[in-house]
Amino acid sequence: MSTIAASPGPMLAGSSGEEPARDNSRRIQLAFLIGFLLVWWLVTALALINPFFLPSPQAVARVFFRLVTTGEILPDLKITTGQIAVSFPIALLSGLAVGYAVSSSRYSVEVFEPMLAGLFAIPLIIFYPLNVLILGIGPESKIAHGAIYGFFPIVLSAIQGFGSVDRAYLRSAHSLGASRFQVLRRVLLPAALPSIMAGVRMGFVLTFVATIGSETIASLGGLGHRIVWYAESLETDKMFAYIVFIIIIAVVSNAVLSWIERRSDWR
Amino acid sequence: MKMTVLDTETNIERMAGTPVLSSADALIRVDGVRHAFGAVEAIQKISLDIRPGEMVSFIGPSGCGKSTLLNIIGGLLNPTEGTAYVDGQAIEKPLPKKMAYIFQESVLFPWSTVLENVKVAMEFQGAPRSEWNRRAEDALKLVGLTDFADSYPRQLSGGMKQRVALARALCLETDIILMDEPFAALDEQTRLVFGEELSRLLARTKKSIILVTHSLAEAVLLSDRIFVFSARPGMIKATLEVQEQHPRDPSFLTSEKFNKLRNELYDLLREEVLKAMEQQSGMRGAKA
Repeated sequence: MSTIAASPGPMLAGSSGEEPARDNSRRIQLAFLIGFLLVWWLVTALALINPFFLPSPQAVARVFFRLVTTGEILPDLKITTGQIAVSFPIALLSGLAVGYAVSSSRYSVEVFEPMLAGLFAIPLIIFYPLNVLILGIGPESKIAHGAIYGFFPIVLSAIQGFGSVDRAYLRSAHSLGASRFQVLRRVLLPAALPSIMAGVRMGFVLTFVATIGSETIASLGGLGHRIVWYAESLETDKMFAYIVFIIIIAVVSNAVLSWIERRSDWR
Repeated sequence: MKMTVLDTETNIERMAGTPVLSSADALIRVDGVRHAFGAVEAIQKISLDIRPGEMVSFIGPSGCGKSTLLNIIGGLLNPTEGTAYVDGQAIEKPLPKKMAYIFQESVLFPWSTVLENVKVAMEFQGAPRSEWNRRAEDALKLVGLTDFADSYPRQLSGGMKQRVALARALCLETDIILMDEPFAALDEQTRLVFGEELSRLLARTKKSIILVTHSLAEAVLLSDRIFVFSARPGMIKATLEVQEQHPRDPSFLTSEKFNKLRNELYDLLREEVLKAMEQQSGMRGAKA
């Protein structure tokens, strides 16, 4: 508001300065990855570690490609992604809905925000056995567990995001005769989106972690289940191939969500 | 206590008390409106009429309730007592089909382009979708920002942002525009140039305007009538008429008539501003 002349936009000025810095940090990150693989290869090539505990990267790569090309990985992948495809939308929609409801008054924020933050601090995994008793050992218990974990960061960021929308925007919308739904769609959601997206990304990470984690504890299938299975059957090369696969999913989904988060940031 | 001073040279009419025009064709009528925020009396009983096509200013010291009265007329606030009417209809909530609002700070949505910002106003207002494009283009053309339709607010200067806010109000095609210190965030040069532009534009569009302002120059430059508010609790202390054709020429700003009116206004306001300052320092003293 204080600028008088039309500036060409801070975006342009900022990005031209950030570009080289980002390229540089990408190079360092890549160097770390290569260094890690090199150390892994060295300790296995020099037989410093029993190959049963740590197979060579080549061996893991071979098994990985076989699992992928033969489609052996598909049934477990379908189970895990199928659970997340249900649990994450539940976490997202309920988180946004509850966050919207709580943020509607300062009083309800004061009451519910500390409660939700407190619940989030509890290691909810303690309820997983009960969850399995109620919902069974199949995908339902994983869906419930993943959804509960993903819900918290989303609801907390939604309360924060909706609650800190500039009142002047709401007054302006009110003066223009906007309905409640129009205010939500055109003002609250876009205004709060940058804060909410940070919570959504964290919610996805936790849903993913909780799903894989609960699969390793008590399950009939899924990527986490298979890791335990191959560890127990002493086929560690296969176990590592599944680990690598989960790491790739985590990195790619995080990159996609970070990209959406940056795109949605109008600030 | 009714006092009327008529200055024959400049046609300044000065009245004390509450002026009520007995015209049946009032576009906006404020009838015995009083408002209190809790125990704090914001405005005392105020009655006034605004004619169609008239441009009026509310001027007064900080905290005198001029914005409160504007919010009551705009339907953003329901008065403690009395009623405001537009076209004979009691105002109880915002009436976006009749009145458009321009706020002090820019309330453009930073996540939307200039064009989207204008269109969303029509969406909220409930204007038919088929007209959005034409009306948005017309409004942006009127304020000279056609080339910036796809820019984002952060890429615009303060003056340009307020021109977008003006376009947002114009596209609603209301007869009335309410402006709450629309120039407050602009520097003085920009304000005056914007003020001239506004005067030209409004002369063409024939809208009725209520302008809340702190600026003596702005009030004289833009108004047909100026309502001078007393310190809190606010009441209309005097009404000044500025009999000068719209659009007001830049030379009007330097004319003797302009200066005379501004000085007149200053005389009326000085005492009230001092009172308001005392009130504020008194409040600070009471708190300490």
